[in-house]
Amino acid sequence: MTVATDPVAVAPAKSRFRLSWPWILLGIAGILVVMSLLRIVTGVDDLDSSGTIRATLIAAVPIGLAGLGGLWSERAGVVNIGLEGMMMLGTFGAGYFGYFYGPWQGVVGAILLGAAGGLLHAVATVYFGVDHIVSGVAINIIAAGAVQYLAGMAFTGVPGGGQTQSPPIDRLPSITISGLSEPLGEIERENWFVVSDAAAVLRALVTNMSVLTIIALALFVATWWLLWRTAFGLRLRSVGESPAAAESLGVNVYRYKFIAVITSGGLAGLAGGFLALVAANAFRDGQTGGRGYIGLAAMIFGNWRPGGLFAGSMLFGYTDTLRLRGGGETVHALLLLVAVFLVLLALWQWRQHGRRSALIAAVLGVVVAGIYMVSDQVPNELATMTPYLTTLLVLAVFSQNLRMPAADGKIYRKGSAG
Amino acid sequence: MTDSRMTRIALAVAAPVLALVTAFVITSVVLILAGDDWLGVWGQILSWPSNRTMVNIVNSATVYYLSAVAVAIGFRMNLFNIGVDGQYRVASFAAAWVAGEAWLPGYLNIVLALLAGMFVGAMWAGIAGLLRVTRGVSEVISTIMLNAIATAVVAYFLRKVAIRTEGSNIISTKPIAEESRIPGIPFLGGEIYGFVVVAVLVGVAYWVVINRTRFGFDLRAAGQNESAAVASGIDVKRMILVTMLLSGAAAGLVGMPLLFGQDYAYGSTFQSGLGFAGIAIALLGRNHPVGIALGALLFAFLDQQSNPLQILLDVSPDIVKVTQGVIVLAVVIAYEVVRRYGVRIEQRQVAAALDAETREKEVSA
Repeated sequence: MTVATDPVAVAPAKSRFRLSWPWILLGIAGILVVMSLLRIVTGVDDLDSSGTIRATLIAAVPIGLAGLGGLWSERAGVVNIGLEGMMMLGTFGAGYFGYFYGPWQGVVGAILLGAAGGLLHAVATVYFGVDHIVSGVAINIIAAGAVQYLAGMAFTGVPGGGQTQSPPIDRLPSITISGLSEPLGEIERENWFVVSDAAAVLRALVTNMSVLTIIALALFVATWWLLWRTAFGLRLRSVGESPAAAESLGVNVYRYKFIAVITSGGLAGLAGGFLALVAANAFRDGQTGGRGYIGLAAMIFGNWRPGGLFAGSMLFGYTDTLRLRGGGETVHALLLLVAVFLVLLALWQWRQHGRRSALIAAVLGVVVAGIYMVSDQVPNELATMTPYLTTLLVLAVFSQNLRMPAADGKIYRKGSAG
Repeated sequence: MTDSRMTRIALAVAAPVLALVTAFVITSVVLILAGDDWLGVWGQILSWPSNRTMVNIVNSATVYYLSAVAVAIGFRMNLFNIGVDGQYRVASFAAAWVAGEAWLPGYLNIVLALLAGMFVGAMWAGIAGLLRVTRGVSEVISTIMLNAIATAVVAYFLRKVAIRTEGSNIISTKPIAEESRIPGIPFLGGEIYGFVVVAVLVGVAYWVVINRTRFGFDLRAAGQNESAAVASGIDVKRMILVTMLLSGAAAGLVGMPLLFGQDYAYGSTFQSGLGFAGIAIALLGRNHPVGIALGALLFAFLDQQSNPLQILLDVSPDIVKVTQGVIVLAVVIAYEVVRRYGVRIEQRQVAAALDAETREKEVSA
């Protein structure tokens, strides 16, 4: 009999890449240079105009908040595919309380209704031990039905409202620093390499910035601090990594899971509320459009970390914005970037000795570049699939470098620690 | 029949009953809180359906059944094929296009179109399977993304091949010729889809393959305990891929009753969302072909009976979607509760038996 060698032990221990400030700044600078180059090469100025970036931020916030919801829940070991349903509840909460009581009440309503969905998910998965995906799917069905039924009741007959949409809601305050916005706008119009692009980004940040966007950004920082810098966060994450060990150390596993999943629902609800209150100014049926799922994908892309999730949601928000603003033409410009990315990926895979995947990436890169050359715009129907295709592509490339919480999706019964 | 067997049967029946009662209570509470006439709503939904409604129930249950079987194939292998929705839309479009072009005469055309639909459905699901096997992408996320991509792809190709009906915005593929349609079966004075027969055959085939073949055994083994399956020499990656392909091929059939028995073309108004109902029904029927049939009939019954609610009582029929969702969640919770209760009873019986044994020994010693 031969002794089997443990493949894990043989593999050389790789030092993990740490995201630190110099790397973040370098990354931002790199993205600016690439976008600037792409803008000049393709001649599509809208690729990184301040309008596009502002729209990107608005598209990214709901995705990011939903992803943050997923992060809370999965860090405690509960897979939450019901984010989409909780978001729907949030859109209705924002519509109902926003219209009848005021926009801030709408924010609270969105969070509360989302959290109610989270509570349902927590009861089913944590207390009753139902499969997490089954419960999530059921919650999505219930939420869709409930929102349609409630909307029909709340908004039919109301002036400006109807069976499937609320009347316009008052806007939340937004902030413009006009002393900065104007001069930055001038620099942006000059079309200087990199400088104009940086100005566009800064201008987007100081013009018409909704308060809710700022709150959302603060929630990212707060989540990072709570989960990675406090004892509470350590316990919550330990529940997602090894519930038995956590319980043996006296952590109340059920309580932490409940807190995490309810928070998750609240964040998803806020994501829905953002859609109704900031991205649009009314509740509409079907407003979420699968953003809960994209948020989940952004979280996976971000390796279950707030920083990565932020990058992921910006990426998806950006592709979503491009299709909405420029449609086929702008998405077409993006093809060139995808082609370059695929070729770089092929080279990297070649170095990592992944000959076959390198070949696949190279062939795909050449095909995309070919499409870019022979066509001059992407048909509008196909442009609508940009964010989803990006999600798939990104997951296909990166999912093997990711590590999810060890007990994620596993059902834990109290007292299993023995 | 022994006592324990009786309890087991009672417990098995208890779960769905418990779930239905829960759904009934929760829906009623929602209706009462909303100030709707809840007794009137139940009076309408639980009334005996008219003959025409009966025909509609059977028809819509047929479609649900196929969708649920497609989902169930994945479930048996622990795969969540949430993408049945996209798969059947892509497949229906492909089949409608093939059938509309009418390369073959009469019934041969139907066979060709069905094969085309199943092939396209399988390929669309195969993308998710391939990503899972080669790149480790969760099929849950990839199939959801593929659903959205399917919408875009179908819209694009529909515009390429479509013909526009005079004076309307609806575009669709070429209608299927008279001789290539599937005739209906007379039922209660109306006609149900001829495709009902195919749905039944699919159900039988599903049962036979899963329960009576080597492949089905491997599939269930891999679904229940992957490491044990690997240890016994099952190639799990290959099983994942094959299961996804089979599930997608079954999903390819979902739209066919509508295509060959009702619409005769794929247009922008083709029914969507059937895949999600399929997930719910597969869970409800516990992946068993007969259970799924009962679940499909229940869902179709609720759908059809709630249709007149808006006109009769000014209540939105969307309320039954809440009922349906609650049924799904309640049924899985009920199965879990009942299982735990059953385990406890069993433990108590074993403990009692052991106690008696030790006592006897002590007496004899």
